[in-house]
Amino acid sequence: MILIFLVAILLIAGILAGIAARWSTLTPRWISLGAIALDLILAAHIWTDRSLNVSATWYDEVNWKWIPTFGIHFHLAVDGLSFLMLILTFFLGIVAVLCSWTEIREKVGFFHFNLMWVLAGIVSVFLAMDLFLFYFAWELMLIPMYFLIVIWGHERRVYAGTKFFLFTQCSGLLMLIAILALYFIHHQSTGVYTFEYPELLGTTLSNRAELAIMLGFFVAFAVKLPVVPLHTWLPDAHTEAPTAGSVILAGLLLKTGGYGLLRFVIPLFPRAAHEFTPVALVLAVIGIIYGAVTAFSQTDLKRLVAYTSVSHLGFVLLGIFSWNPLALQGAVITMICHGLSTGALFVLVGGLQERIHTRDLNRMGGLWSVAPGLSASALFFSLASLGLPGLGDFVGEFLVLLGSYKVSVALTVVATLGILASTFYALRMMQRAFFGPNTNSWLLPDLTPREGVIMSLLIVGLLWLGVYPQPVLNTFAPAMDNLQRVVQMPAAALRRQP
Amino acid sequence: MNSSVTASLLPLILIAVTAIVVMVGIAAKRSHKLTAVLTLTGLAASFVSVFEVAPLVPRQVTSLLIIDRYSLFYLGLIIASAAAVAVLSYKYFAKHDGQREELYLLLVLATLGCGVLVTSVHFASFLLGLEVLSISLYGMVAYFTDSGQALEAGIKYLILASASAAFLLFGMALIYAATGTMEFSGMRELGGSSLALVLPGIALSVTGIGFKLGVVPFHLWIPDVYEGAPAPVAAFVATTSKTALVALLQRYLGGATHQSERLFFLFSVIAIASMFAGNLLALRQNNVKRVLAYSSIAHFGYILVAFLAGATMAASAVAFYLVAYTVTILTAFGIVTVLSTSEADAAVLEDYRGLFWRRPVLASVFTAVLLSLAGIPATMGFVGKFYILYSGANASAWPLIIVLVLTSVIGLFYYLRIVVTLFSPVPEAQSATERLGWSSAFVIGALAVLLIWFGVYPAPLLDLIRATIGGLN
Repeated sequence: MILIFLVAILLIAGILAGIAARWSTLTPRWISLGAIALDLILAAHIWTDRSLNVSATWYDEVNWKWIPTFGIHFHLAVDGLSFLMLILTFFLGIVAVLCSWTEIREKVGFFHFNLMWVLAGIVSVFLAMDLFLFYFAWELMLIPMYFLIVIWGHERRVYAGTKFFLFTQCSGLLMLIAILALYFIHHQSTGVYTFEYPELLGTTLSNRAELAIMLGFFVAFAVKLPVVPLHTWLPDAHTEAPTAGSVILAGLLLKTGGYGLLRFVIPLFPRAAHEFTPVALVLAVIGIIYGAVTAFSQTDLKRLVAYTSVSHLGFVLLGIFSWNPLALQGAVITMICHGLSTGALFVLVGGLQERIHTRDLNRMGGLWSVAPGLSASALFFSLASLGLPGLGDFVGEFLVLLGSYKVSVALTVVATLGILASTFYALRMMQRAFFGPNTNSWLLPDLTPREGVIMSLLIVGLLWLGVYPQPVLNTFAPAMDNLQRVVQMPAAALRRQP
Repeated sequence: MNSSVTASLLPLILIAVTAIVVMVGIAAKRSHKLTAVLTLTGLAASFVSVFEVAPLVPRQVTSLLIIDRYSLFYLGLIIASAAAVAVLSYKYFAKHDGQREELYLLLVLATLGCGVLVTSVHFASFLLGLEVLSISLYGMVAYFTDSGQALEAGIKYLILASASAAFLLFGMALIYAATGTMEFSGMRELGGSSLALVLPGIALSVTGIGFKLGVVPFHLWIPDVYEGAPAPVAAFVATTSKTALVALLQRYLGGATHQSERLFFLFSVIAIASMFAGNLLALRQNNVKRVLAYSSIAHFGYILVAFLAGATMAASAVAFYLVAYTVTILTAFGIVTVLSTSEADAAVLEDYRGLFWRRPVLASVFTAVLLSLAGIPATMGFVGKFYILYSGANASAWPLIIVLVLTSVIGLFYYLRIVVTLFSPVPEAQSATERLGWSSAFVIGALAVLLIWFGVYPAPLLDLIRATIGGLN
């Protein structure tokens, strides 16, 4: 039942926030914060109450009949992987509410309504264990996000929002067709109509069907992740969205892509995915290099950060398709750390824009002298982003590279060049914006206490993940054991069957 | 004809009685309110009788009509949607001067025509129902005789509808010549009869049906009629009359597409062309009524996909989609109706700019409508589209459902454009907000609840459809 509360609290808080805005612009913010905090407490409760029995797949589970005609269940369940993603969601949810505290001044109620509902959609995506429910949530988180972009976004918001929506919807529908194909093939072999994830695992598929269905899923997740060349919505959406929107996009929506690959593509279609490995690895490395190089040449600070996401998420793809435990662990750590570090960068850029009303790197410079706290935070997260040892991103990318080294030395070498390139863009950003003379004679207030809280939360998180990531790896371990069974299947079993 | 057979005809008889009562009522006392109340009472009685009759079915009434669970389901849908149109008309026509009462008479007659169509199993009753429907619609579309646009729409509809009816008649003659029967059951076994006559016959009769459904290439009238006709009438044309025709098509040719590859091909071409044309042509429209018109072309393309998928679940998928479509479009036109003024219908996109900040509830409902048309989850439109994809995938009609998916992404683009407009900043001149009126508020509210309720929890409706439609074949 707790799982339903997790979603319901957010949905109800959204409605309450929307209504409360009639009387005060402050109430919606507190309602939202309170709802997310409540969810965090509930999540902690799930954690302490979880069964320590190793054989239990789920920490907690809800399974109701929903549309029996089609064999659709309302099935929510949480395991280690989902749990990590949930914590990240609530954490960044709090950041998103806090960072829009002064940025959003108009239509506050509707803003928080959308914010809460997009979080509810994301939580459902991480919990859904029925493919129909998963698709339902997958699409549903899209609409509030779309509103966040087109109503509170910057100059080209309508263009960016529509592009985002069309890309996701198109790929989502392809996934829906793939889900249906899987459903009917499962029925043919077993006589049971079901969308249940646990039951669909291990459906026997012909090679051709498996590849086609796998691609349907892969495209949907690749658009979200994003994988070059399906990434073009990302820089626009991230740049035009309000700060909270960018934080959620980069920190959470992209992660649903990685989560989908881990939860669905690999376990449901191990053979096809294995066969697809070379393509995926090359795409991943292209993404890493392309994202880093493009980021280097941006003058719009927000766009720069957006392109770094393309690069970092390339590592996630590389890790997932390297087919070994080290790389998988690295991918999960990278997903979490990228959420924190990129989220923080977006908050900083948003804060800067609120102060100086521009995102243009050429118009900045010398900000360190006037806003040392803000600049120091920016330095910290740039260093995290370029993979400084001791911070979370380093652990993730290092593990991924260790894992991928076993698969392809050449691609690993090229991917490492991506880390090198990240040094260039991160340092260039610091150089242009914060160091040097203050030629425009900017005068701006430093971090407010509220921003200070956000930054210190995120800094502590990244440091913790960088120095002692073991708890996260332990949480992920049981879920990974299941993946490992797939991953470490003898090569013969994975090879195409005649 | 024994009494139980007569009793099973009760819904149709009650509609016919309503028509007479309304006519006499107008002759006795010309009152807008009274006429509307009489109409609604009659339709409500007829709707209730649908449930009363349910235990008696199936009954074959002469060789012309059949009352079975299938026809009762569609009768219920048609009567309910006609009643919704009547309520909307009351609000809409109250704003206009002139003689408003006859509209209800035409509305009831058109509903009767639709009722005959969904119960017919014979060419004679098919044509009879179709003509009753069409002739009432000519009057309804051109109801404002002082409006050039409405007259143009009416004349266009008159000429094209008569021409298509002529094609239909010729097609019926050819089929009769080949099979020697005017009953639809004659279509079940096509193999034995001379295909050389039957196929052209079917093709010609498809012209007649395709015209009413407004699928490509018979779609040219759709945008003009939607734009020119009064908003509630456009709602009737879009929902009730099309529902009746689809129900008939299903009974008439439901099994035939699988017997003849050429027929399957013919319908596939129509479906694919409709999906593309409807969605592409809507892209450049700035008029909400025209957008709804073009999108309806696409939606009936989607319905044809389910129709083509055949198998047992196809009829259910079609039925569910029709309910979803009816609810969605009635809500849409309901909103257009309440936003319209006595001078002009609220049709231009600019009329909707910033609606959310002026009238948040109405705009939220309209957003739900647009998302339902686009097939986004938590709306009926999504479950409907899912059901169509479901039956398509079950029949392995991959090319058709891939086209459906691609074109509905195109469709998303123009729905989103309207959504963006609804949420745009308010223009400086704030128009005085007019009160909704309890009758239209009730209809729109009820439809909106259905739209979301069956979008989130469609199981009861699916069970109903499975129980009634499932027994078609």
